[in-house]
Amino acid sequence: MTASTTDKKNERMQRLVAVRPRLVSFARLQLRDLAQAEDAVQETLVAAMEKNDSFLGQSGYETWVFGILKFKILDSLRSQRRQGNWRPWEEELDDEAFDRQFKRNGRWKEAARPSSWGDPEAAFVSERFWQVFDACMIALPDNIARIFSLRELMGLSTEDICKETGIKENNCWVILHRARLRLRACIERGWLLGDS
Amino acid sequence: MFKLMICREITKLMSQRLDVPLGIKDRLLLQMHIGMCGACRECNRQFELLHQAGNAYEPLAHEQGNTTENLS
Repeated sequence: MTASTTDKKNERMQRLVAVRPRLVSFARLQLRDLAQAEDAVQETLVAAMEKNDSFLGQSGYETWVFGILKFKILDSLRSQRRQGNWRPWEEELDDEAFDRQFKRNGRWKEAARPSSWGDPEAAFVSERFWQVFDACMIALPDNIARIFSLRELMGLSTEDICKETGIKENNCWVILHRARLRLRACIERGWLLGDS
Repeated sequence: MFKLMICREITKLMSQRLDVPLGIKDRLLLQMHIGMCGACRECNRQFELLHQAGNAYEPLAHEQGNTTENLS
């Protein structure tokens, strides 16, 4: 091995160490369990080092590592489901809590009216936005969070989510609607009012 | 149809639009309502922002990676 490939390996190793906390929080939002998230990330880091030569650098290295993690997360979710660790979906579908933002006539309650979050680009580069986002995701009921993260963090279509979870597409849309409403309310409280 | 002019019902369309293409009637209803209702306009922006959150997770990780690169 030449000096330059060793340097490259060391550099990659450092980048893995740097990105690790982000990988763990990403996995935790979806697996809803810190130990399982750590396991998935551990396997991802090992796979990334083993497959180091197959990274050709067309996309960012960290994006490539996230890609590996997504496969590991799907594996873990499948085994959670096989082991019967998920609560029944009916609980989420009966839940009317999402309605609290609306008056009986279906208009926004004064206190729940959405206000501007400012520039999205600014939100995404703010460490505090992500702290609030993570906290609000953790606060969601497990099943709602699972569907939301399969859709919005993993980028699965609702059709594929049906296959992974065994729920009907119509129920999937209902759950995503509730997830988005709850998240927006929670993030708005934490993001805009969090300073006070 | 009147039911669909209600904010709570409109947020369903807003959400569904991010998962599957809406029919022409729903698209028009949504556009019309958002044109008139400031709160729903903001809600729609917030849903869109949440929709981009997954993609935003990774560039942030990338920047953290770059920081280490600069240190070495």
